[in-house]
Amino acid sequence: MTNPVYSYTLPPASHWSLKVRKGTLLKLTDIEGGGNLGIMFYNPENLLERYNAPDTLKCQHTFKLTTGNCLYSDMGRIFCSIVADDHGWHETVSGNSTVEIIKEKWGELNYQQARNEWQQNGFNSFLVELAKYGMNERDMVSNLNCFSKVEVDRKGNISLAASSSPSGTSVSLRFEMDTLIVMHSCPHPLSTESVYPRKPVLCEFFNAKTVYDNDLCINHCNENKRGFDNNRLYHMGMGR
Amino acid sequence: MIKESTLMSDNASESTTLPAGDYLLKKILKGQTLRITDLEGNQAADTIFYNANNTAERYSAMDTIRQQGNVYLTAGSRLLSNFRNPLLTIVADTCGRHDTLGGACATESNAVRYDLEKRCMHACRDSWMLAVAENEALGLTKRDITHNINFFMNVPITPEGGLSFEDGISAPGKYVELLAEMDVLILISNCPQLNNPCNGYNPTPVEITLWGS
Repeated sequence: MTNPVYSYTLPPASHWSLKVRKGTLLKLTDIEGGGNLGIMFYNPENLLERYNAPDTLKCQHTFKLTTGNCLYSDMGRIFCSIVADDHGWHETVSGNSTVEIIKEKWGELNYQQARNEWQQNGFNSFLVELAKYGMNERDMVSNLNCFSKVEVDRKGNISLAASSSPSGTSVSLRFEMDTLIVMHSCPHPLSTESVYPRKPVLCEFFNAKTVYDNDLCINHCNENKRGFDNNRLYHMGMGR
Repeated sequence: MIKESTLMSDNASESTTLPAGDYLLKKILKGQTLRITDLEGNQAADTIFYNANNTAERYSAMDTIRQQGNVYLTAGSRLLSNFRNPLLTIVADTCGRHDTLGGACATESNAVRYDLEKRCMHACRDSWMLAVAENEALGLTKRDITHNINFFMNVPITPEGGLSFEDGISAPGKYVELLAEMDVLILISNCPQLNNPCNGYNPTPVEITLWGS
């Protein structure tokens, strides 16, 4: 792979947002292992169009997200496709850590005491980033939790698989339309670590290769073919 | 978990039949009990709840699933808001399991799931959009149309990470009953879906019954 167009290591317990252009590939790497990256997706031209986890799961008849899967908006379009993945299972139903969850698991450690070592939570991280675009908790739907495998038993009980992501695990998202992404690197809300996990995530941006009709994600299922058709309609007149 | 209700229909304060394809937007007061009855079986009542006094607070599938540690809803499930407060508790359930992962049908997702030509067909999200438009005074917009519960829907997850829409485990007369833990707005789209075999391509009415004043 060529050198990234831009590269940034999101420090632990941090948040970030940016607009990503169609045709960009974002490679996320869990540098130390055991990380979690919460991420939400919006259409920057119409913030009312946003990632829809239920549509994403039911369109592809899956509970886990991995290579070949696409992340759908509530308008039947595809924000991005997972074109490569070492992990095999990213989850999208558990939401975020909160002030209460962090306090219950790891006690209270505020910014006054800890400065940049504070125990930030995912919910507030998202609120901070959303506010920059005039959005708030009303706009916070579900997020993807990269590098986190949440399993379900026959009775529906959920649990976070321990240490599922070794150091260097990466997942690559290819953006199929312009997308506002909102991210945080706070611990997964179901983490059972004894100390607050502080894990950085490397974000590398590349120019994606041309998408041909034999593309893995397009051909993953008939639903994805139609999802890509919806994107084509959306981009009509703006070039492929 | 199957749990029968102790409430008698004769004592109900009101009862409404909601045809498939219609919506119901109604305020329910803390302490009131709401029953949704699947009159003809295998229907889906796609439901969203809000705090009636602050609609920024609403049902959150993620918070509910995470805090109860289970993806299915049944008697005993507390339906949590995005602020982790209980909106309602399921107090009786003769169906045994309800889905909160599958979301609602939309014209756009129908196009992806079934056929691009299905975009014109009526869908739950359209009913919700109409509810938002016809009840402007509540200040709700599309951004408030978030995750929902599909009462009577069976969407099993496999340990391998698969998800499917299965034939219903509901039947004529099965019901789910909820106790309001705060004043809530309930927004139901009684699903008009004509493409999914799990309702036999035959959407049917549900009955909404309320106890308490």
